[in-house]
Amino acid sequence: MSGVRVLVGTRKGAFVLTSDASRKSWKVEGPHFAGWEIYHVKGSPADPNRLYASQTSGWFGQVLQRSNDGGKTWEAAGNDFQYQGTTGTHQWYDGSPHPWEFKRVWHLEPSLTDPDKVYAGAEDAALFETNDGGQTWTELSGLRTHDSAPTWAPGAGGLCVHTIVLDPADANRMYVAISAAGVFRSDDAGKTWRPANKGLRSNTMPDQDAEVGHCVHRIAMHPSRPNVLFMQKHWDVMRTDDCADSWREISGNLPTDFGFVVDVNSNEPDTVYVIPITSDSHHFVPDGKLRVYRSKTGGDDWEALTKGLPQKDCYVNVLRDAMDVDALDPCGVYFGTSGGQVYVSADGGDTWDSVLRDLPGVLSVEVQTLK
Amino acid sequence: MIQVVLPRNLQLLAGVGRVVELEVDAPVTQRTILDALEAKYPALLGTVRDRVTKQRRPMIRFFACAEDFSNESPDAPVPEEVTSGKEPFLIIGAIAGG
Repeated sequence: MSGVRVLVGTRKGAFVLTSDASRKSWKVEGPHFAGWEIYHVKGSPADPNRLYASQTSGWFGQVLQRSNDGGKTWEAAGNDFQYQGTTGTHQWYDGSPHPWEFKRVWHLEPSLTDPDKVYAGAEDAALFETNDGGQTWTELSGLRTHDSAPTWAPGAGGLCVHTIVLDPADANRMYVAISAAGVFRSDDAGKTWRPANKGLRSNTMPDQDAEVGHCVHRIAMHPSRPNVLFMQKHWDVMRTDDCADSWREISGNLPTDFGFVVDVNSNEPDTVYVIPITSDSHHFVPDGKLRVYRSKTGGDDWEALTKGLPQKDCYVNVLRDAMDVDALDPCGVYFGTSGGQVYVSADGGDTWDSVLRDLPGVLSVEVQTLK
Repeated sequence: MIQVVLPRNLQLLAGVGRVVELEVDAPVTQRTILDALEAKYPALLGTVRDRVTKQRRPMIRFFACAEDFSNESPDAPVPEEVTSGKEPFLIIGAIAGG
């Protein structure tokens, strides 16, 4: 019997939620790694019982955890993340040069085919790779040593590689998104990179159309159509139909086009979800209403999804890695909030249930569809 | 035997109790204590001091005998009471927040 496993990273530990395909009744396990910030937990598509977790702390640094049994037990893997070669500087908030320093892993992206191979997106912005199940990590330094890297500057959360998207149709193609540098694409499995931000406009830069410097919050792809990507930028929701060679805005009738998350329905490649946030200075949902917006036309035309979500006195945020979808039919949609709520829709967003209401602030939500 | 007291988060990470006992060859210093700690509990690598520079992480403190040794040289001998096992070497997560 099929079901789902939801991996929730919070500011004070990780939680594992499981349900059968009805997605109505949930078993909750955790907190794992209590007291630590869990930026991301993700399972291997090639072996669903192999999970990886980024465990981090301002006191104790970075720990990488691995589970071989679907999150029942965990073991510390390698945490030696060293930048290759001589590191120079990137730009600091005030425009001054600042040395590159490893701080934490924001995002883990397991290989689509090999459970021992994982990519890790780090702060300060760098990409690492393991081929031995997390025991050792090697920087794919072509990203951090890109010609433009000395000009990269941190967003409010830091200078981080927070999104890694692998192309299921081309093992050599991958995308990363960096706050605040933008999208970069590799066509040689991460060795070399080029900016992929044509069409983005950001009024936070002196040249609003610059090739690099955009604060991209998230990008998402439907696996059946890898040439199409959707983006939630600092402001603006965007779409590309040519593998990020060019982007166009699809914000349409959204109440605000600021936000963090974007995701795609697993059964309908043109059905897209975002959660608008008031503004860059007001990191909470507009008008006290928690509303997911869905476009069934690949953007521009959006409808508010509100059934089961609080529609008064709600002032939460939903962070960039805190939404995911399952692969069931109808598609399940999941997200977690800064207020510690986890919401689930088992019908593509038409109605929502609150599975958990009182977790620590949610940093990430990932869903595994179990056969 | 040197006794080392760990903060709760590192106890859980290493799978040990509040106090761990370590055999440390002379001279007993912050550095040799931490070398022995990391050798016995590899999960703690990088959590108390930087893996490469071996510098104490900014929000970690070292106390012993009611004194703060955090800013002493890592190669300075620790007090005799620690060396003899009479007093523990405390690794503390610094106070931060409200």
